[in-house]
Amino acid sequence: MSDLRRRTKAPYLFLAPALILFAAFLAAPIGYAAYLSLRRIKVSGLGLGLGSRTEVWAGLGNYTRSLTDPEFLPSVLRVGGYGLVVVPTMLGLALLMALLLDAGRTRVGTFARTAIFLPYAVPAVIASLLWGFLYLPRVSPIVDVLQGIGITPPDALSSSWVLYAVANIAVWGGTGFNMIVLYTALRAIPTDLFEAARIDGASDIQIALRIKIPIIAPSLVMTFLFSMIATLQVFAEPMTLRPLSNTISTTWTPLMKVYRDAFVRNDIYAAAATSVIIAAATFVVSYGFLKLVGSRAFSQEN
Amino acid sequence: MAVSTVPALPATARPATPPAPPHRRTSPTATVLLLLGAAYCLLPVLWVLIASSKSASELFSTFTFTPSTHLFDNIGYLTEYRDGLYWRWMANTVVYAGVGAAASTLVSAMAGFALARYTFRGKSLIFNLVLAGVLVPGVILAVPQYLLLAKVGMTNTYWAVLLPSMISPYGIYLARIFAAATVPTEVLEAARIDGAGDWRTFARVALPMMRGGLVTVFLFQFVAIWNNYMLPFIMLGDDRLFPVTVGLSGLLNQGATQPAMYTAVVTGAMLSVVPLVALFLALQRYWRVDISAGAVKA
Repeated sequence: MSDLRRRTKAPYLFLAPALILFAAFLAAPIGYAAYLSLRRIKVSGLGLGLGSRTEVWAGLGNYTRSLTDPEFLPSVLRVGGYGLVVVPTMLGLALLMALLLDAGRTRVGTFARTAIFLPYAVPAVIASLLWGFLYLPRVSPIVDVLQGIGITPPDALSSSWVLYAVANIAVWGGTGFNMIVLYTALRAIPTDLFEAARIDGASDIQIALRIKIPIIAPSLVMTFLFSMIATLQVFAEPMTLRPLSNTISTTWTPLMKVYRDAFVRNDIYAAAATSVIIAAATFVVSYGFLKLVGSRAFSQEN
Repeated sequence: MAVSTVPALPATARPATPPAPPHRRTSPTATVLLLLGAAYCLLPVLWVLIASSKSASELFSTFTFTPSTHLFDNIGYLTEYRDGLYWRWMANTVVYAGVGAAASTLVSAMAGFALARYTFRGKSLIFNLVLAGVLVPGVILAVPQYLLLAKVGMTNTYWAVLLPSMISPYGIYLARIFAAATVPTEVLEAARIDGAGDWRTFARVALPMMRGGLVTVFLFQFVAIWNNYMLPFIMLGDDRLFPVTVGLSGLLNQGATQPAMYTAVVTGAMLSVVPLVALFLALQRYWRVDISAGAVKA
């Protein structure tokens, strides 16, 4: 590719706003979090008066404190279990709907595509509000229906169900967008790749499994990756549901623990250490996943 | 969910809505499954439309999908609540998501254009930084961003939410792809021979050519800001600066002691969802996203 090869300051000027913002709001916060995670407050004397509280190096103390916090491991396991529910369900539904739309054997395609995409316009907080009300036994239509046929349904916000209640909100909000992504990939497959199989008598299901899904595998890999990253950061849904349920603790997810440590306990050092751990874990998981599937995630040609 | 992907350029192999070919039968199973999916997705939206017409006592007593007649009472109550605080939240949301996304799109377009159409020292380093930035989970930055902005006394201002929203590594990555695909080098050379400077070439030649892709960058960033709850939640203490998401979740907290607040929350949710849903449906064609980056090669 031929570029504008003159010696000029222009590219740096074009990049300047992005680089300044990148430095100030991405690089600096990461660096500052890493720095804080290695610091602690040293209290001298009674801790009263100016200068009696000083910041000193803490080594890896905050990390051991964070990792051995009795509430940390349960929150990590909870988010792990949550991810195992959300990601396969959401992507499975998205793939199924995309394949059904692509097969073109229905007259409700446009309506269904629009309806299923709609929740993407609803932010997680509002989605959690809506579902939160629908989970209340006095509001829920599902409870009415089940009681009508003589079944007493469990409380969706009780401790054994709340994980699925939160997972449902994420599935509801994310399926449509992923469906559109996969559908676009499906529509880009040239028809002649499967017309021959159809003439040979292959069914729609065989064509989907043997031809379409393998071709759109790169799209599946990327939706999987971005869904995992989003799952690890779950915060808005449980925070919004908290007023409606006493089963969601202040450390229900790792990010909620970061928030509590930083702003409720004013322990920014523990919060910083936990943030660094979450960021590192996210990076390892996503990088490891890309290595595992052997995918070049981002095109670097040109 | 902050899920992001690579939007496809308009060229697709087949039309977006395939007419069912006459020689292929329609499948009842497919229709039923798609309608079930649609019903699941519409259920909460339908509910909020109906529930916002119920009075506080009806909300928890009448059947879920029985509409009532109190919609305008509810809107009136919400409007009067603390001198129209709710509408201020709506206006704030437009400022954060609209201005933030517009600024982010311009920043991304400039950076993407430079990365796609210039050769310069440090180019691959910068590009790799951008790629690494895409994988940084943004929400984790909120606490250190707050602490740093607190040092310069900028928390609890509009800037505290706007400035961090203006940088989007993913937007830069997309803009670079769009610039490489839609702005031919020959056109830039021609503009240069005609005596146009670098900035003029970018603003008058490249920017209009990238317009279609930049709408997509704008929409992605708009949704990302509108969806980001943690950043404004942490940065803002004054509830007059809240976006509608943070405001409504605060109202829900009050509902525990003042049940009348629940009606306000439901009505507020309805009023905030309807314009956005309308906007999305109107702009649906820009959401043709193709995630496999190879498909958008220049």
